[in-house]
Amino acid sequence: MSSTVESHILRKTALNGLHRRLGAKMVDFGGWDMPVEYPASGGLMKEHLAVRTGVGMFDVSHMGDILIRGPQALDAVQWISMNDASKLQEGQAHYSALLYPEGTFVDDVIVHKLGQNDYLLVINAGTREKDYGWVKKNVTRFRGHADDVGDYYTQIAIQGPKAEATLQKLTSVDLAPIKNYWFKHGTVCGLPNTLIARTGYTAEDGFEIYVPSDAPTSERVWNEVMEAGREFGIVPCGLGARNTLRLEGRMALYGHEISDTINVWEAGLDRFCKMEKGDFLGRAALEKAKAEGLKRTLVGLESVERGIPRDGYKVFDQAGTEIGYVTSGSYAPFLKKNIALAYVPPSQSTLDHEVFVEIRGQKVKCKVVPTPFYKRPKKT
Amino acid sequence: MTYPKDYKYTKEHEWIHANGNIATVGITDHAQEALGDIVFVELPKTGAQLQAGKSFGSVESVKAVSELYAPASGKVTEVNEGLNQSPENINKDAHSAWMVKMELANPTELNGLLSAEDYEKYVAEEK
Repeated sequence: MSSTVESHILRKTALNGLHRRLGAKMVDFGGWDMPVEYPASGGLMKEHLAVRTGVGMFDVSHMGDILIRGPQALDAVQWISMNDASKLQEGQAHYSALLYPEGTFVDDVIVHKLGQNDYLLVINAGTREKDYGWVKKNVTRFRGHADDVGDYYTQIAIQGPKAEATLQKLTSVDLAPIKNYWFKHGTVCGLPNTLIARTGYTAEDGFEIYVPSDAPTSERVWNEVMEAGREFGIVPCGLGARNTLRLEGRMALYGHEISDTINVWEAGLDRFCKMEKGDFLGRAALEKAKAEGLKRTLVGLESVERGIPRDGYKVFDQAGTEIGYVTSGSYAPFLKKNIALAYVPPSQSTLDHEVFVEIRGQKVKCKVVPTPFYKRPKKT
Repeated sequence: MTYPKDYKYTKEHEWIHANGNIATVGITDHAQEALGDIVFVELPKTGAQLQAGKSFGSVESVKAVSELYAPASGKVTEVNEGLNQSPENINKDAHSAWMVKMELANPTELNGLLSAEDYEKYVAEEK
């Protein structure tokens, strides 16, 4: 809690003033001054549970946005990302990743097909500059261009089983027919042509909307969503809940489950990597890695004994040999268990296999469990 | 939140309440607020010897791990095992959710700790 000299100026979203007025606890996240939780409206645990059982709202404007446009936009997207964008229809999005030639991660992304020659990549906050530079460099041989449009939008995520009912009050677009990972454009809070995507990072149903990034508009939209969600007990949610929600859903976080030293197979993201689609950056290395076999794999762990495995803690086998490390670990507020994702050798990755996580000098027994830890109930 | 006048406080945000040479120890309201939702405590066993200023356990919120530092030296005579099941009681009322009771080795050690007034000032400055 001691004060330190600012080594860099933190970037702020258009909603920064509002977060502060709400009394949010703020943290430096990837160079951005962001809310981690809002104690005045109940704090992290309440925020997490609101998303699982009602609705919560997040400011995710720190996320970056890159537009790739031009006659060869599809070719460019195919070259720089691992999923098969040729399968996308207009109005559809998918999870993908930008890879280095080594088959490791520049970042993970959501690719939206806005139009025939028009793609939107939503990228992580902490990697915005790196991603944009990398994309720009690698699309030069295609006809078209890449533009960083991240600063033009305030991105608000409305997540939870009551997200649709909340947002429906504010838009004439019929939300029910929008399928998971599809999007539409329409008027939201009186703002025409707003991108409404059925996406999120919470393992729950929900939407992400992209509105102009001036503070008055951003705050007006935030407040209108708040009002619309009031009957469902909506709460503002910070990055703390965002992290525990995504962890329960086994969604990767850059710098944890994925990084420039971890490849696609290790991270278990095979189903988003389409080797048969043609050549792309990282493909050759991934082919080679596949032939050589996995050295480590990402598993879900659950504490059997008392203790919370956390990011960076070491993992040991029964003989006491160090075999890996925890990438993300926490108390899981909805599941009410202590859970973690960890890299271990494939031989130690079978379900119910016991391993030990070293927590402040003590080896705490954990077992390998299926992931995702949490799966949302099917709609009835 | 008021800080009981008959408690003493540390700069590491523990409180200690002595009654003769038996003292009760917990963390302050400021500490629970800074931590957020508390989900886990690790406490010593009865009979453990605590040393003033040394770690005797930990308390964890969803986001953070925080060490517990002994406000005074002595032997643990009782542990609030109920906190293992209901660590959220610390958030509800930090000044009554005690962690351990101890037999003070040297009750005069408490003279070096902060009064309620000094602690409140310290917290205000730290912010």
